[in-house]
Amino acid sequence: MFEPILLKRTMLPRSETIDVYLANGGYQALQKALHEYTPQQLIDIVKASKLRGRGGAGFPAGLKWSFMPKDNVQKYLCVNTDEGEPGTFKDRVLIEKDPHQVIEGVVIAAYAVGASRAFVYIRGEFFLGVKRWIKAIADAYERGYLGENILGSGFSLDLTVHRGAGAYICGEETAMINSLEGRRGEPRLKPPYPAQAGYLSQPTLVHNVETLSNIPHIVLNGADWYASIGTEKSTGSKVFCVSGHVYRRGTYELPLGVSLRELIYEHAGGVPGNKKIKAVIPGGASTPLLTGDKLDVRMDFESLVAAGSALGTGAVIVMDEDTCMVDVARRTARFFAHESCGRCTPCRIGGQTILRILEAIEAGEGKPGDVERLQSLCDGIAGRTFCPMGDALVGPIRSSIALFADEYEDHIKHGGCRMTA
Amino acid sequence: MTPGIVTRADPAKRAMLLTALYVAQEQYGYLTPEAVERVADRLGMPPREVYDTATFYSMFRTKPAGKYVVQVCEGLSCHLAGGAENLLEYLQKQLRIKPGQTTRDGLFTLVTVQCLAACGSSPAMRVNDTLYDNLTFDQVDLILQELRGG
Repeated sequence: MFEPILLKRTMLPRSETIDVYLANGGYQALQKALHEYTPQQLIDIVKASKLRGRGGAGFPAGLKWSFMPKDNVQKYLCVNTDEGEPGTFKDRVLIEKDPHQVIEGVVIAAYAVGASRAFVYIRGEFFLGVKRWIKAIADAYERGYLGENILGSGFSLDLTVHRGAGAYICGEETAMINSLEGRRGEPRLKPPYPAQAGYLSQPTLVHNVETLSNIPHIVLNGADWYASIGTEKSTGSKVFCVSGHVYRRGTYELPLGVSLRELIYEHAGGVPGNKKIKAVIPGGASTPLLTGDKLDVRMDFESLVAAGSALGTGAVIVMDEDTCMVDVARRTARFFAHESCGRCTPCRIGGQTILRILEAIEAGEGKPGDVERLQSLCDGIAGRTFCPMGDALVGPIRSSIALFADEYEDHIKHGGCRMTA
Repeated sequence: MTPGIVTRADPAKRAMLLTALYVAQEQYGYLTPEAVERVADRLGMPPREVYDTATFYSMFRTKPAGKYVVQVCEGLSCHLAGGAENLLEYLQKQLRIKPGQTTRDGLFTLVTVQCLAACGSSPAMRVNDTLYDNLTFDQVDLILQELRGG
């Protein structure tokens, strides 16, 4: 049985408090980082651990750190807590149940890249999370883990909470930076990347909550230990969120590379009524569907891409044999059409048009040629939008059409859904 | 300020905009023209830029809402787990309003939202800043009753 690393303390009563954190190994990694390592050594350790970003893209964290300029300019660190990908609820658990683990990761990362100011950009809807963060930050200041001359090291860091206000797109790092600056959360053109010109045009390191939560463990136990968990290229553990048609919905921390079958059947308890699995979304609403015969796929960055999907945020949504896939596509499209920032046409108009066609098909008003129209719209969006949002919409819709074409044709031919009728 | 399309507020002040809008919304109930003006004035920005930014975000309201805003998730996971649609239907019946509407007494506004990050514990709803999950109809009754009395 795998011993959880990131979720270990979340099982304890009052796990969000600094006392419980300190009593269970908290802030020891920070002591070690500040007194035993130079910033460059920390960057090398994180590189050697092969830790990859947990927000969806899987970019190597150490490489991201090394992109931050070494010169003595104002640098920022931003904690991406804008979790909004449907099916994902891991960051909410991490910040509500163990905020100090994230803070410790923030201070170590800020020290490594030379940032003196850090922000927590938290999803506006996470009211409890905001409260927990504010309390945790206040306690960390009081005990000397934040503020001036942290633990006598000479390193200083200020950390403040910034609330978002309801916009999925702000999870994209440049949109988040615009939002932090008090602007519309529209993505910026890259390059320049945030490491070159981010918040207020200064170098900015942006990391997901789960990525930062890994840092204290890597510093404390070493890069080799970390790299020995998971697969060769996808190291460490991952907090998977399982929802949909399973007995035990929830968060499960397992090594990367665990099979989808094990995750669903051994950990999430399998499918109610012993029904067959028709499809699985393996990494959140923006990742392409897998059919139920692909359960032996390993849940890591490489294997899921090879299977035609992506690890994304590790949010697994299970759909049993009675699920209408047109309805699933419609709900997915509704989300992306709703959350399009509206800046570029393919995403704004394309998303709305796809949604209208899917609504018509589901309502029994589909016309012959609708599937081809959907395909053509997807072709017009993919790779043609300003930010990855367009691809996030297209991936699941394309895969749905490709894998379940017969369901679409059935809806069109028979004037609606025969599964929900 | 020089005339032109591009205006430049002090970046450090402008970064306070979302926070200022939250405060204004709390004080005024929603972002009234007066509230927008006041925020603009304090941050040294044209009101239209404040409005332009505020309307980007779904949590800022430019129309009045009920004392309690009841939000129900219509996302995929909640739907699959069952109960989300039933919850919405039940709330519509109990409150006698449709999504987007406010009860006559001004107490409740019902809205549907995207993911509440409660996919593991649906059906879920949020009333103002409190999240309720693993809901049963009996619990919904109790919550509404409490809010009506309070």
